[in-house]
Amino acid sequence: MREHGASGWVGFRTLLYKEIWRFWKVSFQTVGAPVLNALLFLLIFSHVLDRHVTVYGDIAYTTFLVPGLVMMSLLQNAFANSSSSLIQSKITGNIIFVLLPPISHREFYAAYVVASVVRGLFVGLGVWLVSLPFIDLPMVRPLWVLVFAVLGGAILGSMGVIAGIWAEKFDQLSAFQNFLIMPLTMLSGVFYSIHSLPPLWQDVSHVNPFFFMIDGFRYGFFGQSDVSPWLSLGVVSVCFMLLAAVTLAMLVRGYKLRG
Amino acid sequence: MSAPAAIRIRSVSKHYGALRALHELSLDVMPGEFFGLLGPNGAGKTTLISVMAGLARPTSGSIEIMGHDVGSDYRRARRQLGVVPQELVFDPFFTVRELLRIQSGYFGLARNDAWIDEILGHLDLLPKADANMRALSGGMKRRVLVAQALVHRPPVIVLDEPTAGVDVELRHGLWQFIRKLNRDGHTIVLTTHYLEEAQALCGRIAMLKNGRIVALDSTKALLRRFATHSLRLRLSNPDVGVALGGVAEDEGGWLVFGFDAMADVETLLRRLREAGAGVEEMTLGEPELEQVFMELMQHA
Ligand SMILES: Nc1ncnc2c1ncn2[C@@H]1O[C@H](COP(=O)(O)OP(=O)(O)OP(=O)(O)O)[C@@H](O)[C@H]1O
Ligand SMILES: [Mg+2]
Repeated sequence: MREHGASGWVGFRTLLYKEIWRFWKVSFQTVGAPVLNALLFLLIFSHVLDRHVTVYGDIAYTTFLVPGLVMMSLLQNAFANSSSSLIQSKITGNIIFVLLPPISHREFYAAYVVASVVRGLFVGLGVWLVSLPFIDLPMVRPLWVLVFAVLGGAILGSMGVIAGIWAEKFDQLSAFQNFLIMPLTMLSGVFYSIHSLPPLWQDVSHVNPFFFMIDGFRYGFFGQSDVSPWLSLGVVSVCFMLLAAVTLAMLVRGYKLRG
Repeated sequence: MSAPAAIRIRSVSKHYGALRALHELSLDVMPGEFFGLLGPNGAGKTTLISVMAGLARPTSGSIEIMGHDVGSDYRRARRQLGVVPQELVFDPFFTVRELLRIQSGYFGLARNDAWIDEILGHLDLLPKADANMRALSGGMKRRVLVAQALVHRPPVIVLDEPTAGVDVELRHGLWQFIRKLNRDGHTIVLTTHYLEEAQALCGRIAMLKNGRIVALDSTKALLRRFATHSLRLRLSNPDVGVALGGVAEDEGGWLVFGFDAMADVETLLRRLREAGAGVEEMTLGEPELEQVFMELMQHA
């Protein structure tokens, strides 16, 4: 329905724009800092391990490491974007400005998730760019890289929406981050190929959706991976759809947002 | 069928655990009305507004804004409604103008600058249009909240204590502006703890207590029903006045007489004359909403 020239997409576009603008205004912290972090990881790990370890036969460890670092930074920042925006709005009370307008549940969800993906992509791109002078990183299948980057960002963006809605204080949010997101990321093969793990841990990794995100992402760079990229794509897609359904159901019910 | 109410509230209850913030509340506000929602702290005014705005869900009952149900037809209902919240909330990331553009966009309006400038002008905010929200005083932030509620020209405007913490001059400016909105056809619902404000502005008033409506009538009728006129007199012979029901004030030798109807003043003055008590000075007190409020809150 149109009134006063109002159109449905404008609400979504504005919320998306505002969410991007919000992190861009402080991009030094929201993009610059994570890129610097990843760079430090890269310098330290490569110095310590590069000469001793190779992966997939002949790939130097640092080269192997970079896609993992890119993805890890992307995922963490996608999560941080939606979760911190929501909890800040809830705590300051200005969340009402997005709850009063006629923004549909889907527009609301999509705006927060897409903004998270955009922040994740910026950070991922930044980490990739700063690594270029140090290593010679191939990218055999760019489309796979992009698909897993977007899906991974969307999954973590959705988890951020869930956490941001659920948490009532900042420490609840950091609990979510420290006890769920961090372990899942760290145990997903960011720093190693799971073939180097004992069989039990290999099995455990296979129930961690983060493993499939990173493995599929890495496939895009090297054309090699621990499992088939199609399997990874399947797992990651199903995972995203489940999270989207859960988040939308929370929004439709007004869980914790509309008392 | 009669014209739909601007706000139609039917048997709305809102429970927070054992607490009944609203209890089976029904109310119609008609298009074009200037309606006052009064009541002591905790009466349920803000809760009622939250339920109207979809910020809270009623435990039972239904609400329509301009004929649109706030639950099942929430997008249309919200387009009809502008809410000025009681709490002084703001987004510290943006300037005043940025916020108003964003708020317009949320309501589907991509280009709204002409109207935004008009609102800023009416609210004396143009000099602060490009200031960050953090840099505004409390009263200015409150006016930005008013501006944010108006970006989409809602036919129904609800203001939850818009004049709290606003200085006298600005309060009068705000009154004028809200009156103008009302004259232009907007339906206004106002909550306030300044009863003289409600008396001056509102055509009809609902008084709430413990989540129930304890009085609902036109402001005039409420005043007529509950409030008394009063006459203050200084007499040459105060004892005669006291004998006729006058109450002595603490200072100045004034006596106060209460009346239900102005006609009774005649009678009193005649009796005083007959008893030989001369009137030295006299003031007439208008009925005040405050009396009505106190009366109702004590007895309801
Ligand atoms: N989210 C909530 N959870 C629990 N109780 C609540 C909540 N919101 C309001 N209440 C309770 O509901 C009652 C009505 O509160 P409300 O804010 O509607 O009062 P009010 O009439 O607006 O008062 P005031 O004049 O102080 O603004 C109060 O007892 C309040 O404590
Ligand atoms: Mg209140």
